[in-house]
Amino acid sequence: MTAFKQSLELGLIRCRTCGLAVSRASLRMDRRCPRCQSRIEHRTPLSTEMTLAWLIAGIVFYIPANLLPVMHTSGLLGEVDSTILGGILEFWRSGDWDIALLIFIASVAVPFTKFIAIGLLLLTVRKNSRWQQHQRTVLYRIVEFIGYWSMLDVIVVALTSALMQFQVLGAAEPRAGIAFFCAVVVVTMLSALSFDPRLIWDRRA
Amino acid sequence: MSAAPTPPSEEELPTPAVQSRSWIPRLVWAVPIAAAVIGISLLIRNWENAGPRITISFLSGEGVQVGKTLVKYRDVAVGRVSAVVLSADHQTVMVTADLSKDAASLLKADTQFWIVRPRIGVGSVSGLDTLLSGVYIGMKTGGSETSERKFVGLESPPALSHGPRGLELQLHAARAGSLAIGAPVYFRQFQVGRVIDENLLPNGSTRVIVFVDAPHDGFVKPVTRFWNASGIDVRLGTDGLNVQTESLAAVLAGGIAFDDGPAAAAPVAAGIPGEFTLYKNETEAMEPPDGDPRYVRMRFAQSLRGLEVGAPVEFVGVNIGSVVAVDLGYERQDKSFPVIVTAKLYPRRMGQAYEALAAQGKTESEETLVAFVGTLVNRGLRAQPRSGSLLTGKLYIALDFLPASPRVAFDASIRPLELPTVNGTFQELEAGVGRLVKKVNDLPLEQIAADLHTDLKDLHETLNELHSRVLPNAEDTLSALHNTLDSADRTLDVASPLQRGLTETLSESRSTLQAVRELADYLDRHPDALLRGRRPQKMPERPAALSSDAKP
Repeated sequence: MTAFKQSLELGLIRCRTCGLAVSRASLRMDRRCPRCQSRIEHRTPLSTEMTLAWLIAGIVFYIPANLLPVMHTSGLLGEVDSTILGGILEFWRSGDWDIALLIFIASVAVPFTKFIAIGLLLLTVRKNSRWQQHQRTVLYRIVEFIGYWSMLDVIVVALTSALMQFQVLGAAEPRAGIAFFCAVVVVTMLSALSFDPRLIWDRRA
Repeated sequence: MSAAPTPPSEEELPTPAVQSRSWIPRLVWAVPIAAAVIGISLLIRNWENAGPRITISFLSGEGVQVGKTLVKYRDVAVGRVSAVVLSADHQTVMVTADLSKDAASLLKADTQFWIVRPRIGVGSVSGLDTLLSGVYIGMKTGGSETSERKFVGLESPPALSHGPRGLELQLHAARAGSLAIGAPVYFRQFQVGRVIDENLLPNGSTRVIVFVDAPHDGFVKPVTRFWNASGIDVRLGTDGLNVQTESLAAVLAGGIAFDDGPAAAAPVAAGIPGEFTLYKNETEAMEPPDGDPRYVRMRFAQSLRGLEVGAPVEFVGVNIGSVVAVDLGYERQDKSFPVIVTAKLYPRRMGQAYEALAAQGKTESEETLVAFVGTLVNRGLRAQPRSGSLLTGKLYIALDFLPASPRVAFDASIRPLELPTVNGTFQELEAGVGRLVKKVNDLPLEQIAADLHTDLKDLHETLNELHSRVLPNAEDTLSALHNTLDSADRTLDVASPLQRGLTETLSESRSTLQAVRELADYLDRHPDALLRGRRPQKMPERPAALSSDAKP
């Protein structure tokens, strides 16, 4: 892998917008692409910092998302506030293990995977590690890919609330938890977006 | 492009880059900070909202589900059951519930909890919603100052669950009748409240607690009378059959009615006392207040068979009390057994007379009252047993003025007051009847019977004689009479010679008489005939005239 030359070593910066390779020396003070006037950066500035910020926000939001009820169902058989974990347990107990598993993956496994993956990426980048650079890139792509799948929960709640409105017979309403969960998904996606995967391959002294 | 050396450009560039961009991207840190703030604020709010955890013990936890059963106050959920365990002695079910923070102030020492289940009673149906939604724990806060976290749940809901505005009253009665909790309370046949509790007091009387709802509690005044309106009141009076009932529900479940007492009734106390007497019926309730009874004792030197405890005591025909005891006493002096009757009298039942007396100050104290009774006794006030009904032979005590009765000394110092008595009128009646019977007894009935018997015997003999001696002669006489009549009959027959001869004689005599008349007539016209004899008779002229007329 060391055989690959990095753009910096060649003194070139690639414009992310129009793909123009600009030599670093020719950049002016304003650091704009001479062709498309986009801002040209060698690496996304403050990438790790922003990723970390978004990640922390995601983790913080994840706590109330799980503690607070996500949905409130009321009907003839009483009123129930359900949390994500409570819902999973309920489905599991009632024998619907497949649905339980689906919700578990979407709302617990995926966010955790993202937290761990992004955390791992940040850590390794910070340490300038050369460890499993290729796999880490794959990991990043996975994180980017699965990012929005956690929205499954949000969509389930949105659909249920929209469809289940039978007044006295039964009604479902979203609760604060789902907003936090939505925030978790958005913030972790932003976190993944903020991460500049090129950092994985940077070799710094 | 110029081939500027790399190191200086790297050193040059970061400085403006940091200055120009450092703060905008770093704004991203606001996101986790905001998240943390939101999270912490939620946590704080949650912690602040974490209400008290209470434990309620029930005899049965039927239908209570952990995490689902709600605790409701005024039908609003204020908590949720978090655990249900058996008590250490396995006698009760300990239900633990987490309440919201604002419900903490509701937890007083006398706060009540009960499990709401569907309930169907005569008067009402409640808790039907729990059929589908499952039970919930009802809650009613109390007025106590001290707060509490451990409660003993009620097995049945209190009649008043939400402390509506109104008036809670205690009614005292000898017996509760057929009142049930929740039974209606009527004011002029409007339901204005209900019975919320009834219990037996240690002295054996019953206490009924009723609640009159707010707009109507103004009708409860110190003079208000309460009576048991249970069932049907059927009365046969001078105006016919009178059936009275408050409502069908009252017939089934019992009920209480109230209304203003008699206008003349003096207020029992200033303000609403909160405690009333529950009368048996409307008639009893509407009687003027009796006031405190006064006891009197009477000695009767006669049998009082038919005088029962509870028999009325009437003063000049007005019922003013009742007999409370009939005892047998013993007089040492004359070794007699007088009947001692104790009666309680309600002076207030004398109505206007009492007021008049009160106005004179006669009722102010025991002494004045007793002195007044003494003057009455001197005027001839006597107690007398009288027969209330000839059919049943029941007696009552009449207090009446009998000025003819012998004077007696009135001892004002004896307590209870002793009233002089006279024997009952029924005894006089009895004595009269006795005298009558004695007179009848004294009649010489046997002698009369003997005389009568002799007379009858004589009569019999006379008749016998008549039969044997007079009757045969009479028969002969009758026979002879018969013959006589027979011959007379024959003599007078149409075909008999006598009859014929008589007829002829009569005929002859008629002819004779005619001749005589003709002679008399002739003589009348020709008196000379007596001397000259009869002239030859002239031809009548008339036929000649006729012939002459016929000729032409």
